[in-house]
Amino acid sequence: MLDLARNFRMGNISPLDITEKILEAIRHDPLNAYITVDETGAKNAAKKAGEKIRKENNNPLLGVPVAIKDNICIKQMATTCASNILSSFVPTYDAHVVEKLKKMGAVIVGKTNMDEFAMGSTTNTSNIGTSKNPWDLGKTPGGSSGGSAAAVAAGLCAAALGSDTGGSIRQPASFCGITGLKPTYGSVSRFGLVAFASSLDQIGPMAGSARDVAVLYDAIKGYDPKDSTSVDIGYLPTTLDGLDMQGVRLGVPKAFFGEGLSTNVKKAVKDGIAVFKELGAKIIAIDLPNIKYGVAVYYIVATAEASSNLARYDGVRYGLREKGADDLIDMYMDTRAKGFGIEVKRRIMLGTYALSAGYYDQYYKKASKVRTLVIEDFVKAFDVCDIIIGPTTPTPAFGLYDMADDPLSLYLLDLYTIPANLTGGPALSIPCGFTKEGLPIGMQLMAPAFKEDILLGAGITFQDHTGFHEKRPQWNMM
Amino acid sequence: MKISLTEVEYVARLARIRLNEEEKARFLKELNSILDYMDLLSEVDTTDVSPTTHTQHITNALREDIKRASQSIKDTLANAPAKADGAFIVPGIIE
Amino acid sequence: MEYDVIIGLEVHAQLLTETKIFCSCPTTFGDEPNTNTCPVCIGMPGILPVLNKKIVDFGIKLGIATHCKIAKTNIFARKNYFYPDLPKGYQITQYESPLCEHGFLDIDTTGGSKRIGITRIHMEEDAGKLIHDLKGHRSFIDFNRAGVPLLEIVSEPDMRSTDEADTYLRELRQLLVYLEICDGNMEQGSFRCDANISVRPKGSTFFGVRTELKNMNSFRNVHRALSYEIKRHIDVLRSGREVTQQTMLWGETANATRSMRTKEESHDYRYFPEPDLVPVMVDNAWIGKIRKTLPEMPRERRKRFEEGYGLPGYDADILTQSRDVADYFEDCVSLLDSPKEISNWIMTEVLRVLKGGTADIKALKVTPRMLTSMIRLIDGGAISGKMAKDVFNEMAETGKSSEEIVKDSGLKQISDEGHLKNLAKTILEDHKKEVGSYKKGKTQLIGFFVGQLMKATKGKANPELTNKIIKEILEE
Ligand SMILES: [Mg+2]
Ligand SMILES: [Zn+2]
Repeated sequence: MLDLARNFRMGNISPLDITEKILEAIRHDPLNAYITVDETGAKNAAKKAGEKIRKENNNPLLGVPVAIKDNICIKQMATTCASNILSSFVPTYDAHVVEKLKKMGAVIVGKTNMDEFAMGSTTNTSNIGTSKNPWDLGKTPGGSSGGSAAAVAAGLCAAALGSDTGGSIRQPASFCGITGLKPTYGSVSRFGLVAFASSLDQIGPMAGSARDVAVLYDAIKGYDPKDSTSVDIGYLPTTLDGLDMQGVRLGVPKAFFGEGLSTNVKKAVKDGIAVFKELGAKIIAIDLPNIKYGVAVYYIVATAEASSNLARYDGVRYGLREKGADDLIDMYMDTRAKGFGIEVKRRIMLGTYALSAGYYDQYYKKASKVRTLVIEDFVKAFDVCDIIIGPTTPTPAFGLYDMADDPLSLYLLDLYTIPANLTGGPALSIPCGFTKEGLPIGMQLMAPAFKEDILLGAGITFQDHTGFHEKRPQWNMM
Repeated sequence: MKISLTEVEYVARLARIRLNEEEKARFLKELNSILDYMDLLSEVDTTDVSPTTHTQHITNALREDIKRASQSIKDTLANAPAKADGAFIVPGIIE
Repeated sequence: MEYDVIIGLEVHAQLLTETKIFCSCPTTFGDEPNTNTCPVCIGMPGILPVLNKKIVDFGIKLGIATHCKIAKTNIFARKNYFYPDLPKGYQITQYESPLCEHGFLDIDTTGGSKRIGITRIHMEEDAGKLIHDLKGHRSFIDFNRAGVPLLEIVSEPDMRSTDEADTYLRELRQLLVYLEICDGNMEQGSFRCDANISVRPKGSTFFGVRTELKNMNSFRNVHRALSYEIKRHIDVLRSGREVTQQTMLWGETANATRSMRTKEESHDYRYFPEPDLVPVMVDNAWIGKIRKTLPEMPRERRKRFEEGYGLPGYDADILTQSRDVADYFEDCVSLLDSPKEISNWIMTEVLRVLKGGTADIKALKVTPRMLTSMIRLIDGGAISGKMAKDVFNEMAETGKSSEEIVKDSGLKQISDEGHLKNLAKTILEDHKKEVGSYKKGKTQLIGFFVGQLMKATKGKANPELTNKIIKEILEE
């Protein structure tokens, strides 16, 4: 992305050239990365950007082709959340982040594939079918922001926005060998992000390098009065020089290296940590006693909130309405039966149950309390370390439909990414190695709230000393 | 068994989702295995632990009472599955 | 067997804010369907609520006025249920921590003053409106009302009769209007009332099975509905059956209550804290600021009018019905210290031209200064009470001062003795015969002579004076 901006200014290539290249590549995309492609809109934006290139020297996003996850609203462009219930929905408004990108002159190529309503970690639950991993078309790109991850890795856009509720940016980023940031809750406005779990959702940047992620993060972060949970602090631009790791304390939780962690991931992450050690970082073993409850807490809180957030899809004001029903309740029941896929139904059922009379205290309330304990674990941990480091996922990308009929074991794979959503803190996934089959492996860095600069600084430093992020997948447009 | 078939049917009704027999059986099985796993939480002592709803401790996100133009009725009804006379339409309701 | 009646009331008051509770759409009533809507209030995907500060101000105001404890930390919750007039599939309301709790409202009953407990007052959003088209077997939805701010005011089950319930409602409505936070219009639905009713054998302390009563859109209907439902309960019990706990709808035309086909067969609302809204902290400074804006409460004012100005209860009651009328009265009294006389004029002429107080007294052409100086003319004998009525009407129409009017129309009363003596003399000259019979003892003819003089002066002669003068001449 930054290279692109540089090349624009040196006149090596124009926004329109690169946009047309990308649009052409998307036409033959074997990855099923996009749900909607806006060719005319993209070309027009690219032309406009081309005219401004010389004037706007320090606007790194001007003319840059970006992709937007399909749960982020764009005015007059279908926003389907990969769901039949919204397949016909066209917003009359822009999400706050989209407004910002448009203002900066970014070229919005289209909307990327995802798990239905961001519920999943494979894009299998998308109503247009799964996306594929550019490193191995037989493997999943991960999810729920799998389309964005695949598109970035394959060069079908220069950078992309995803959303992360339990790992939906970081897990696909690690599966596709790119860099992805789940920002601090409240630092990026959720206005225009179709809600899955309101207290956990956060929009974030996905790109080829930590520097590009930093630039895109700076473009979308900031206070927004339209989102009551947006935090109004002075947001400073992220420095792109990297972080001097001398004396930086890296906390390594035992719990992140326990059973279930595949050996190849374990090795790659250990090597990654060693790189930081070389650069002068202090390695500290830390203990997070309550994160073993993370998955349980998450799947109660997230589904409870989702069961309520998805109640608005009732066929009354927008989206699918199943015809034929002449009774109101039948209209609801048929519309939602036809409009939602199995995973969304499963989670609505679970969340409705967790909130229903007689079970609220046992499930929702209990989970909300244990969430507090998980948060306290991290507060304590960050007293003794600056960054918590470990694997992003227990395994590299798995086969396209491997986990299709085992929801629980699929949920359990989120154990490393979920804590950052429960605490609201920022988390970054960067490539740290490859399996012998050549599949990328990701490493996760976590910091206290609003310390993105430390994470991105460390990521930049790491990438200045390693080449994992530069490796291109077997399928890519370039 | 954590959740019974009747409860599955009750919850589906609450959530306004029609389930066929096959789905009911499937959810009965899956929800029970998930809820069994959730039992993990019962071992945690949460006495005097206050629940977390928000991770950022911000308060009083308030708006001044100042009118702004509403959106055009065209936009309001733009996505309506059924509309007439400037209103949304649903199957009749007898109260 | 005799029965005790137990009534608790739940009032929903629409607030007089410019904009809705979570978006900047106007709250105007009666506009074209769906013209006052936006992505927020029709629950579009990805849209978020932002709380209107004014709602909290108004809630605190009512809380203070009803002696409630104001919550320092306010949390909003989601009440989840499906209904077409509810855009998001949940209503944003307060559940565990209402803004106000443990207050009361004193009302006057036949048995003297009675204290009605206020359980809670909380903030929430209104739903849209459904218009049923039964022959077309479809319903139209208008979301203009969706997101209009409400205060829900829940009373303790402290009322023991339909009259007490009625008095409480009127008192509460007047309070809301006085505080200028609700227009109290029942017909337009800005002041809505539901009731919880149960009966129990006299003297017993347990509570009977209660029913909830809805759809009473006027004081008259509240009265009729409550009476009907109470009788129904008693009849059921007398016949040895059980009252079933259910929601009843008042049917105005049927003049009866009927069981409502419930929206959500089970009332499992799955309340949980609204994650899209952050807590609202109310500190003492905020409460203090609101307290300063509080006017004198109607009930206190009524007492002060009786005791302070020595007005009859009836007068005090009418004058304090509206805050503006009460202010008008006190402005007058500050200019002229004859409260009862002023009260009489306001209760008769002023309220008449205001069509019983429905019109705005601020728009009245007759200012307190004008009214009082007119009353001065009466006291000074310049005009008679009868003339004054005409003067008042002309003031109300033209806005001219009473002095001008009297001068221009020569309405001024003749109180000049000399002039009246001469007039009297000529009248008696013209009626020698009657004078004769008067002298023979037919003294009641005095009225006839006075009448003749009045006729001659078109009623402008000062009656008392005329009477006295004619007597004098005849006795000479
Ligand atoms: Mg209510
Ligand atoms: Zn609105």
